[in-house]
Amino acid sequence: MILALAQRLAQMIFVMFGISALVFLIFFATPGADPAARIAGRNAAPETVEAIRKDFGFDRPLPVQYARMMQRLFVTQDLTSFVNRGLKVVPQVISAAPVTLSLVFGAAVLWVVGGIAVGVLAALTRDSFIDKGLMVLALIGVSMPVFWFGEVMNLLSQSRFHDTWLFSWVPGLGYKPLTTDPAGWFKTLVIPWFTLAALYIGIYGRVLRANLVEAYQEDFIRTARAKGLGPARVMFRHALRTSLIPFVTMFGLDFGVLVGGAALLTEVVFGLNGVGRLTYQALLNLDLPMILATVMYASFFVVVANALVDLVYVLLDPRVREE
Amino acid sequence: MTMTDPRPLIEARGLSKTFVVGKTIRPGSGRKLRAVEDVDLLVQRGETLGLVGESGSGKSTLGRCLTRLYDITAGELRFDGVDIAKAGSRALLPVRRRVQMIFQDPSASLNPRRRVRDILGEVLAVHRIRPRAEIGDRLGELMDLVGLRREYLDRYPHEFSGGQRQRIGIARALAVEPDLIVADEPVSALDVSVQAQVVNLFADLRERLGLTYVFIAHDLAVVRQVSTRVAVMYLGSIVEVGDTDAVYAAPMHPYTKALISAIPRPRAAGEPRRRILLEGEIPSPLDPPRGCKFSTRCPVAVDRCRAERPVLRPMPDGRSVACHLAPEATRAMG
Amino acid sequence: MTTPLAPVLLDVAGLSVSFATDRGRVTAVDDVSFSVRSGEILAIVGESGSGKTVTLMSILGLNDPRTTFVDGSVTFRGRPILGLPDRDLRRIRGKDIALISQDPMTALTPVHTIGWQIAEQIRAHEAISRAGAARRAVELLAEVGLANPAEAAGRYPHQLSGGMRQRAVIAMALSCNPALLVADEPTTALDVTVQAQVLDLLMKLRKDFGSAIILITHDMGVVAEVADRVNVMYAGRIIERGTTERLFADPWHPYTWGLIASIPPLDGPRPHRLAAIPGMPPTPETMPAGCGFAPRCRFALPRCAARPPVQRAPGRSALCVIGPEDRAPRRAEILGPLGDAA
Repeated sequence: MILALAQRLAQMIFVMFGISALVFLIFFATPGADPAARIAGRNAAPETVEAIRKDFGFDRPLPVQYARMMQRLFVTQDLTSFVNRGLKVVPQVISAAPVTLSLVFGAAVLWVVGGIAVGVLAALTRDSFIDKGLMVLALIGVSMPVFWFGEVMNLLSQSRFHDTWLFSWVPGLGYKPLTTDPAGWFKTLVIPWFTLAALYIGIYGRVLRANLVEAYQEDFIRTARAKGLGPARVMFRHALRTSLIPFVTMFGLDFGVLVGGAALLTEVVFGLNGVGRLTYQALLNLDLPMILATVMYASFFVVVANALVDLVYVLLDPRVREE
Repeated sequence: MTMTDPRPLIEARGLSKTFVVGKTIRPGSGRKLRAVEDVDLLVQRGETLGLVGESGSGKSTLGRCLTRLYDITAGELRFDGVDIAKAGSRALLPVRRRVQMIFQDPSASLNPRRRVRDILGEVLAVHRIRPRAEIGDRLGELMDLVGLRREYLDRYPHEFSGGQRQRIGIARALAVEPDLIVADEPVSALDVSVQAQVVNLFADLRERLGLTYVFIAHDLAVVRQVSTRVAVMYLGSIVEVGDTDAVYAAPMHPYTKALISAIPRPRAAGEPRRRILLEGEIPSPLDPPRGCKFSTRCPVAVDRCRAERPVLRPMPDGRSVACHLAPEATRAMG
Repeated sequence: MTTPLAPVLLDVAGLSVSFATDRGRVTAVDDVSFSVRSGEILAIVGESGSGKTVTLMSILGLNDPRTTFVDGSVTFRGRPILGLPDRDLRRIRGKDIALISQDPMTALTPVHTIGWQIAEQIRAHEAISRAGAARRAVELLAEVGLANPAEAAGRYPHQLSGGMRQRAVIAMALSCNPALLVADEPTTALDVTVQAQVLDLLMKLRKDFGSAIILITHDMGVVAEVADRVNVMYAGRIIERGTTERLFADPWHPYTWGLIASIPPLDGPRPHRLAAIPGMPPTPETMPAGCGFAPRCRFALPRCAARPPVQRAPGRSALCVIGPEDRAPRRAEILGPLGDAA
C-alpha cells in the first residue's frame, strides 16, 4: 500500500517535471526567437534585454537555463514580470489562488450534490414528468452561457431587486478573504457558486441518469430486487456506487481545469481576481514568466485532481484495488 | 505412412505461449501465466481437429497461436512446411490469406455501418483474389455457399439474426479461399436449433471446398459431431489427442473421461447415471500443480503423478495420451 | 410416481404478458398455465425469445410495470400474488420465492463482498443482528460446498471463479429457506465439470430442504438429468408438457422433435447431418397468429394458421394438430424410430 502510494507520488512529480520542461522549451527555447526580448515585452530598451539575458542565463546551455528558471520559480520565488514593471510573479499567483479555490470548491460541492440529486431522482422516476422536467432543466443549465447567466444574476441581485428582501443581503462585487471576513466571503460567493454550478449540475445530472438507467439493466440489480430489497436500497447500495465511476472521472478533469483557471468567465463577471483572470492578462501581455507560473500552478492541480480521482476509484470499486 | 502422404498443413512442436500479468514499471515484476505449454500438434490436410477444454484450458490461445494472431513464446510452428514461428507481418501475409479465423461473436467483427456487399467486397479487393469485374458474381456465390439469399447483400449486419450473422462471418472467411479455418466457439452463442444449422454448414463446406478446420469449442457434443480428430486440453497442455470416435467411446485420460461423463444427457429408463464428479476447480494457471497438472483433481492419481509431469505417449490404437497410468488409468474409474 | 402428490405451491393460470414498444404492443407470453408442487423440479425449456424468462419475471413481479401488461393469475400458497403492490411482493421475493440468475459473473453487485450481499438479504426479511446475519452467511456458504466459507464471505465477486460465484448466488437464494427457487439458466455460463457440481447441489437442496425448483434452460441434457416434469415453450406458449421420462420417451410436438434432433449425440453413430430445424424462432413482432412453430414445421397444414388444438393424455399435453395416430411415423422422419415410444 505504502509502496503503491510512493509510486504514485513519484509518478506525479515526474509528470510535473515533464510539463515544466515542455512549457519551458515552448516558451524559451523556440528557435528564431530571443527569449530575453520576449520577457522584456514590447518596445523594451536594449539595456533591459541585455540585463535579462544575463539575469536568466540565456547565454548559457539550455539545461542551465531550465534549472535557473525553476530555481527562481520554486526556491527563491523571485521570478519577475518585466511587462508589469517588475512585479514578482509568485506572490501574485499565491494571492489569486484562494479566490479561485474558494469559487471552485464551493461550486464543486453544489454541483456534486446537485448532480447526484438530479441524476438519482430522474433515474428513479424514469420516463415520468419529474424525469422529463428535470432533464429539460438540466439542458437549460447546460446551454446557458455562464457570462450571460452571471450577468443576469448580477442585474437581479445588484440592481433590479437589490432593495427587496430577496437580494438585500448581497454585497457588492469582489472577493472578501475567508480568514478576515468569513460571513462576507460566504455572501459574496453564493451567487457565483450557483452560477458556475448550474452548468455542471446539468451535465453531471444527465450523465449520472444515463449511467443509472444503464445500471438498472444489469443482472445484479435484478438480483437485488429479487432479494426483496426496497427501491431506495437498490438505488443507493447497488446501482449508484457502480454508476459513479464516470461521474468521478469527469469531476477530476473539470475540477482540475477549473482550479487551474478555466473559471475565467465567472471570475470576470463577478469581479473576482482569480487565477483565470491572472492567466488571461498574462497571455494578453505575453508575460512569459507569469504564463510559466500559472501553467505550473494549473498543471499541479490537474495532476493532484487526477490522483484524487484514482484514490476515489479505489474506494468505490474493489476491482481497481487489485492493481 | 506412404510416400504420397502430403506433409501436414500445420505442425507445431513444443509450442508455448506465456503472458506476463500484473507487470509494473519495476523490472522483473509480473507473474508468468503459461497459457499454452509445450504443445505438439499436427493438423492434416482435409481433417477437422476438434480442440476441447474448459475455460482456462488454453484452447483459444492455442488457436490464436496457430494462426499467428499471437506471437509465440517458444517452440516451432510450420504452416504447409514453411516455418512461421518467428515470421514478421510481411512474411505472414501470404499465410494470412490461406488461414482464416471465425469467432464466437461475429457482430463484433462486422462493421455496423457497412452493407454485407461492402464487407465481403473489401476482402476480395484487398487480397486481389478476383478481377474487379468478377467481384459481383463472387459475392453471390459466397452468399449461396453459406445459405443466405443474394438479396441480403444489401443489408446491414444489424438486420440479421445471430445465426445469419455467423453465416456472414463464415462467408467473409471463405472470401479469400483459405485452406485452413480456425473457428473459435463459432456456435456457442447460438440457439440450439440454429446451432445445428451452422454445424451442418461447416460439414457441407468441408465437403464442397476441401477445407481443413481447427474447431475450438467447450461443447463436447458439437465437437464430436464436426471433428475427425479431437485434442483435449487442460491447463495449457494437451492431455489426450486421437480419433474422435475412439476418444469419445473409450477415453484414456482420466480428465477426458470425467469431462465426457459430466455432460448431462437423456438416459433410457433404468440406465444408471455414470457421472464422475471432479472435486474442486481448475487450478490457477499462474500456479499450476507440480507433476501432472490434473493430479490435484484426478481420482486415480498416484505419487508419481504428483512428482513427474507426463508427456504425450502413443497408445496402441494410434492416439496419444499424457498420463503415466494410461491406457489402464480410466478402467478403474468405472 | 408412487409418492402421494404434494400440495400445489405455485399456480399460474392464463398468464399473458405483452410489452409496449416503439412499434406498438407485442406479446411475449400467450396464455400460459402451469403449477408447481412442493419439492418438485419443473423445467421450462425454450430458446431465446420463447418467453420463458418473461414468465419467470412476471411471477416475481420484476417486469417494468410502466411498459408491461400482465394478464391472468398467479397464486402462491393459495394467495393471488399477481398485481400485488410492490411493498407486499417484496416480503415474498427473496423469502418465499428466490431467484438464481444465469450468469454469476453479473448477478452479484461488484462492489460488495459475498458475505455482505447474503447478509443483506437475510436482514431484509428477518430481525437479526448484523453479526448474526454475517454468521449465517458463512454457514450458508459452507452449506453450498465452498471450501473456505469464512474467507469466501469476505471476498468480492470478481475474486471468485465462476463456479464459486454460482455457489454464492445459490447460497444467497437459500438464505431465507425459500419454498420455491426459480433458477434462470443456472448452469449455462459454467464449464461442464462445474455444471455437474452445481446440478448435484440443486438436487441435494431439493432433497434436504424440500424446496420446489423451476428450472429455466435451453439444454435438454440438463432437463433430462434433473427435472421431474417439463414444459416446452416456443414463441410465448407452452407447446408441450409432461413428465420428463414420458416426454423424452415419447415426444409429441414437432418442435420438441427438432430440439432433440438438434443436439449431436454423444455416443453411437454420428449422423451425417443433424436434423436441424430450418429458419429461426419468430420475434414478438413477427409472431404468427396461429401455431407459432408452423412457419418452421415440415408437417404444417393450412389449418395450422389457426390456434392449434390441445392433444391430451393423462399427465401429458401438446399444442398441435398432429393426433396420436399420425405421431409415430412423422416423428420417425426426424428422430428415427424411438426405442420404447408408446
